[in-house]
Amino acid sequence: MNNVVEMKDITKRFPGIIANSHVNFDLRQGEIHALLGENGAGKSTLMSVLFGLYQAEEGEILIRGEKVDIKDPNVATKIGIGMVHQHFKLVHNLSITENIILGVEPKNRWHQVDLKKGRAQVVALSEKYGLTVDPDELIENITVGMQQRVEILKMLYRNSNILIFDEPTAVLTPQEIDDLIIVMRNLVNEGKSIILITHKLKEIMAIADRCTVLRRGECISTVEVAKSNPSELAEMMVGRKVNLDLNKKEIDEHKTVMKIRNLSVKDSKGLDAVKNFNLDVRTGEIMCVAGIDGNGQSELIQGITGLTPCSGGTIEFLGKEIQNTKIRERTEMGLGHIPEDRQKYGLVMDFDIKENMVLQSYFKEPFSTHGKLNKEAIKEYSDRLVEEYDVRSSQGSDTTSRSLSGGNQQKAIIAREVDRSPALLLAAQPTRGLDVGAIEFIHKSIVAERDKGKAVLLFSLELEEVLSLSDKIAVIYEGEIVGVLDAKDATENELGLLMSGAKKGDLPDYE
Amino acid sequence: MSNSFRAYVGNEKHQKVLIPIISIVLGFIVGIIIMLFSQLNAGYLFTALLRGVFGINTKFIGTSRSVFNARYIGEFLVSSMPLILTGLSVAFAYRCGLFNIGAEGQVMMGSLFSIVVALSFPGLPKVILLPMVVIAGALGGTIWGFIPGLLKAKYNVHEVVVTIMLNYVGLYFLNWTVKSLPGSSLVRTVDIPDAAWLGSDFLSDITNNSRLHWGFIIVIIAVYAFYYIMNKTTFGYELRAVGFNKDAAKYAGINVNKNAILAMTLSGTFAGLAGTLLTCGTFNYGRVIPAFENYGFNGIVAALVGGNTAIGSVLGGLLFGALQAIQPIMQANGIPREIAIIITSAIIIFVAMQNGIKSVLNKIGNKEA
Repeated sequence: MNNVVEMKDITKRFPGIIANSHVNFDLRQGEIHALLGENGAGKSTLMSVLFGLYQAEEGEILIRGEKVDIKDPNVATKIGIGMVHQHFKLVHNLSITENIILGVEPKNRWHQVDLKKGRAQVVALSEKYGLTVDPDELIENITVGMQQRVEILKMLYRNSNILIFDEPTAVLTPQEIDDLIIVMRNLVNEGKSIILITHKLKEIMAIADRCTVLRRGECISTVEVAKSNPSELAEMMVGRKVNLDLNKKEIDEHKTVMKIRNLSVKDSKGLDAVKNFNLDVRTGEIMCVAGIDGNGQSELIQGITGLTPCSGGTIEFLGKEIQNTKIRERTEMGLGHIPEDRQKYGLVMDFDIKENMVLQSYFKEPFSTHGKLNKEAIKEYSDRLVEEYDVRSSQGSDTTSRSLSGGNQQKAIIAREVDRSPALLLAAQPTRGLDVGAIEFIHKSIVAERDKGKAVLLFSLELEEVLSLSDKIAVIYEGEIVGVLDAKDATENELGLLMSGAKKGDLPDYE
Repeated sequence: MSNSFRAYVGNEKHQKVLIPIISIVLGFIVGIIIMLFSQLNAGYLFTALLRGVFGINTKFIGTSRSVFNARYIGEFLVSSMPLILTGLSVAFAYRCGLFNIGAEGQVMMGSLFSIVVALSFPGLPKVILLPMVVIAGALGGTIWGFIPGLLKAKYNVHEVVVTIMLNYVGLYFLNWTVKSLPGSSLVRTVDIPDAAWLGSDFLSDITNNSRLHWGFIIVIIAVYAFYYIMNKTTFGYELRAVGFNKDAAKYAGINVNKNAILAMTLSGTFAGLAGTLLTCGTFNYGRVIPAFENYGFNGIVAALVGGNTAIGSVLGGLLFGALQAIQPIMQANGIPREIAIIITSAIIIFVAMQNGIKSVLNKIGNKEA
């Protein structure tokens, strides 16, 4: 056997939970081995143990047949393990070369950093593996896809041959994902071995040789990808049959509830992040604003909901211009908002669940009478929502929101917003970072709103979600809509081209 | 160490109680170490505490003299009451995410308003004048809290800067006014009329001639008001939402600026009442104050030690009241009162280091659970 990594019987506990329980994992020379599991299944913990960020209580690690004690990431680096973290660790005002050599700089004979030599090494590496980068460009000026290539080069520069990729495609466009897959193949052909942490089945099918599935800290099974299929993997991951198909009702009649015309919103630097923005949102329809992160989506959401003032244009909601009204007025008119950052905007994390359930309605009867909170009514209401929306927690309505899992936090927000039965539900990245079970539930809730004849305005970065959930897709690029298409006719490739600004699509006539 | 112990110290809820207790214990340990280094008898610290807080004089055990003296309990409460109020003041603002460094100045303005009203209406009966004096004191603090709140909300001026400045303005304004009042000497005003006095012969009698006064009723009402507003009202819900998470509060349509103004204003009210207690209870005249007396600053620590809750501020106020009350007793035993100040300061430092203490607790808790 040509195992470069063998993790035997790894057990890692945290207070109250067992993150890894007797997990076995091995990586063969020259393979791409996917590590699949929901959030909290223990993937990251397992890899953190391998990378030396955590110490396992039990079990042993063998690298190329030799038992090792990986006390910290420096040891891991020394024995050839490299990791690309989900959030890149780059110094933004240094150049690509400087970032790559940082910490292991080549020195000249005066013991000064030899940038020239470093640059030459970077160029050589980037040519060898087909990782095109401009070695002199600053990190802050390059795309996310290129930043990822820099991270990969960092590992290669340190002579790592066991490469861990943590959710590498989360931030990439479809085209960039294709490029990444090619790069990973190149790496394997050059003798590297790769561990790919992911929860996306499609990627595993496309690139991995084998796949180990983790669930609740336990190793469920390791399978040959070629002999498996997505639904089998999904079932292993979740522990039950998953139905990701959404059955949407046919709805013929649509009424426009929100008309956005020539809207502009400035970002925190005072630049126009959204400009000349037009959009119609109709009843019984899920309109999705799709785009690469950072193309004005956040500012648009804040402009529509009132968190940031609009600098120009109009938003007409149910026949009334709301661009200058207060947040609460918009909420009371029937604007539901599932915010993009649930911990920043969606929940007061130190409140318990019941206090969060009335965050939009605490001041109204029956929750408040004459300025006094009515705790029984709040509790009763919250208990009902917790039950109905299956928000799982240790102490029901009295649980601190902070202790909920991400999926249950999101369910609580959805319960609160959907139960108010808003005329328009704005859902910003409602499934970001959630596991399959929660995604399934949230998608169904959103479709149920649409089927009830409500309007839904969805913001999503996940193409799969965009395509499966929406009726209409409006692609945003640099703050403008560059194309509106029917979800039925849209393809991933076409969306990718629109999203990257390479192509302009058709726009409806906005009067 | 047993697993249940580890789970206990790792639990966030328990840590809220554990961290202040650890800080206090460490503060006393520092004090004791310094006493040992200075070749002072550390035992006196504890006899002073027994005497200052419980009125028990250990020296008299076994002699014919009475071991128990209620006067010490009375004086201990007298020194604690203003600290409880300033503690409530700081805690109230903190719960809304604001740091009120200005309780010091708000206390002074409370004192000032009380003394001016007390001396301006000498003929009024007690049932009218005493409530007026109390309301005036509350108003003085309220105004001094409103100003930083308004500046914060309107122009985003940091409340810490404004309140520090207002402390000085308050100090000099108080001294100038006190000296200008008719009949004042260079250090004090004339005595206030009896009708404006919080003191009582009854309370004084039962505590062996201490200065204990009716102010404790004001303190009890203030503590309950704090608790009620914070936990039972819609307004308190908004305050806490803003304090915990400004963005989520804004998202929910809560007027963050309005709440900031109200929180600072009411915070000032609590501190202003402390001023009334000092002027019309502890003393019965207005004083010229050469320098800050640290009621406000000790209130910050009382609030921090008490986790910014109503009951916590009471406990914090009592602790620092005790450390103040034992100073003269220690001095009588040849121990410099600075030791008590060192202990107070050390507790402040350890409370300020609570994140460090927390991470140590987490480490103990996490190693194995």
